[in-house]
Amino acid sequence: MGPIQLSMTVASSQDFRDRLKQEYGVDVSLCYQCGKCSAGCPAAFAMEHTVRQILRMVQSGLVQESLSSYSIWACAGCETCSTRCPRQVEPAKFMEALRIEAKKAGLVADKNADLFNDLFLSSVKDTGRLHEVGMIARFNILSGQLFKDAEHAPGLFTQGKLSILPHKIKNTEAMAKIFANVQKKRGGKS
Amino acid sequence: MKYGLYPGCSLNGTGIEYGLSTKAVAQKLGIDFVEIPDWNCCGASSAHNRDHLLSVALPARNLALAEQHGLDQIAVPCAACYQRMKAAEVALRDEPTRREVGEVIEMKVEGKSRTRALVEVFTNDLDAEFLSSVVVRPLSGLKVASYYGCLLVKPAQVAIDSPENPMIMDKLMAALGATPVEWSYKTECCGGSLAITRPEASLGMTANVLKYAKLAGADCIVTPCPLCTSNLDMRQKAAEGLLGMELGLPIYYFTELMGVALGLEMSQLGLTKHFVEATSLLKNTPAAQ
Ligand code: SF4
Ligand code: SF4
Ligand code: SF4
Ligand code: SF4
Repeated sequence: MGPIQLSMTVASSQDFRDRLKQEYGVDVSLCYQCGKCSAGCPAAFAMEHTVRQILRMVQSGLVQESLSSYSIWACAGCETCSTRCPRQVEPAKFMEALRIEAKKAGLVADKNADLFNDLFLSSVKDTGRLHEVGMIARFNILSGQLFKDAEHAPGLFTQGKLSILPHKIKNTEAMAKIFANVQKKRGGKS
Repeated sequence: MKYGLYPGCSLNGTGIEYGLSTKAVAQKLGIDFVEIPDWNCCGASSAHNRDHLLSVALPARNLALAEQHGLDQIAVPCAACYQRMKAAEVALRDEPTRREVGEVIEMKVEGKSRTRALVEVFTNDLDAEFLSSVVVRPLSGLKVASYYGCLLVKPAQVAIDSPENPMIMDKLMAALGATPVEWSYKTECCGGSLAITRPEASLGMTANVLKYAKLAGADCIVTPCPLCTSNLDMRQKAAEGLLGMELGLPIYYFTELMGVALGLEMSQLGLTKHFVEATSLLKNTPAAQ
C-alpha cells in the first residue's frame, strides 16, 4: 500500500463501520490496538496482515483493501482472539463478517476458499449431508490442484472410512426450502 | 438415561471409530442414544462464512426435529457440529430470531432442546463412584495429553469448560487410571478448517500441537472430536517430515480409552482403524500384563 489520505477515507467509510455494528454486532471503534488478538492467533504466521492490522485498516477507512485481503481467508475461525480480547471486539466475528461482505462485494481473494464453500453448501443443499469424497474430488478437479489427502484415500477406503456414494436425507425438499427462504429474505439474491 | 444423538457427517465416515466406541461404551454404561430422525448437516464450516441466518437455520431444523420427538437433550460428538448447534440454540433464545428462523425452516421451533457435547454427557452426567466401579482394566502407566481443540471451549457463549485450561477430559483420564500430562497446547487450534484450502498453513498448526504433546512427555493424545482426530492422526506422518522429528503418537477418542478401561475388545472399539498404530501401546500398559 502507498501513502493514503486518511482524513478522506475515514469519513467516507462510516457506512461500512455502521453496518458492521448493526448487522454483525462488531464495533471496531472499541479496539484500542493492544495486539492481544494477533499475539495468540495460531494462523498469524500465514497472514500478510494480522487481525489487529485488519481492524486498524477498517478503522482508518481501508475497506476495499480489507475486503480483498487474502489474510481474512487464512483465519481458522478458532475464536481464540474473541475469548482473549479485553475490549469485547470479537475479532473472530469481525473476520467472519469481512468474509461474508467480501463475497457480497465480489472481492474474494482466496479462490480456493470460495470454491470450497460453494461445493460444501451445494452438497448440503442437494443431499442434506456433506459428502466428503464427492466434495474433495470436485475440489481437486475445479481448483486444478490435487488436494494433499489424495495420498490417504486408499487407506481411508480400506478402513471403511469413506463411502463413494453420498448419503441423502429423506426430506431433501426441506433443504431446498431453507436455502430458498434465506435467499428470499435477502431480497432475491444470495 | 436417554439422550438424542446428532451424529454429524463424520461419524459414519472418517470418525468411524468414534461412532463404534461411543455405541459400545453407551451400552455398557446403560446410556440410551436416539438418533435424531432425518437430521441434516449443520453447515459448518461454510454456512457461517456466507450467511449468518443460514448458519442458524441449518442446525435449527435439527433442533426442531429433536423437539418434535421429545428429545430434551442432544448429545453431539463432533466439536464443529456442537459449536454450530449450540450457537443456534443460543440465537433462538431471542424471540425475533426464533420467529425469523421458524419462517425459514417452515417448522415450529421453541429452542427447548439442550445441546450437549458428548464428552460432557460421559463425564459430568456420570456419577464418579459409578464410573470407577466399572473400570476393570485401569490404564495405569499411560501418559496422556488431553487435546480439546478450539470449538468446544470457545467462544464463551457455547463453552463447556475453560478456554485456556479445560480439565474435563483430564479428570476422566485420571478416573480411568491414566496419567494426564500438563501441557500448553490443549486448546490451540490444529488448523482443521484450513486443511483443504490452505494445506501448508494447516499442517504447520497440526505439527505444533503434536510437537508440544511429545515434548510434554505424552505417549499419546486423547480428543473429543473427529475433525481434530483425523487431522492429528492422518497428517502425523507429514508433520513428522515438517518437524524433522519422530512423533509416534497414537490419537485416541476419549470413548476408545473409556471402552478399553471398561474391558471392551479393541476391535469392537475401532482401535484397529487408525493411521498411527494404536493397539500396541494399550496392550503394553502395566495393567494389561
Ligand atoms: S485484542 Fe481486542 S482491543 Fe486488542 S487489538 Fe485485538 S481486537 Fe483490538
Ligand atoms: S479466529 Fe481467526 S483471527 Fe482469531 S485467533 Fe483464530 S485464526 Fe486468528
Ligand atoms: S460440522 Fe461437519 S460433521 Fe458436523 S454436520 Fe457439519 S459437515 Fe457434518
Ligand atoms: S482443533 Fe482443529 S479440528 Fe478441532 S475444532 Fe479446532 S479447528 Fe476444528
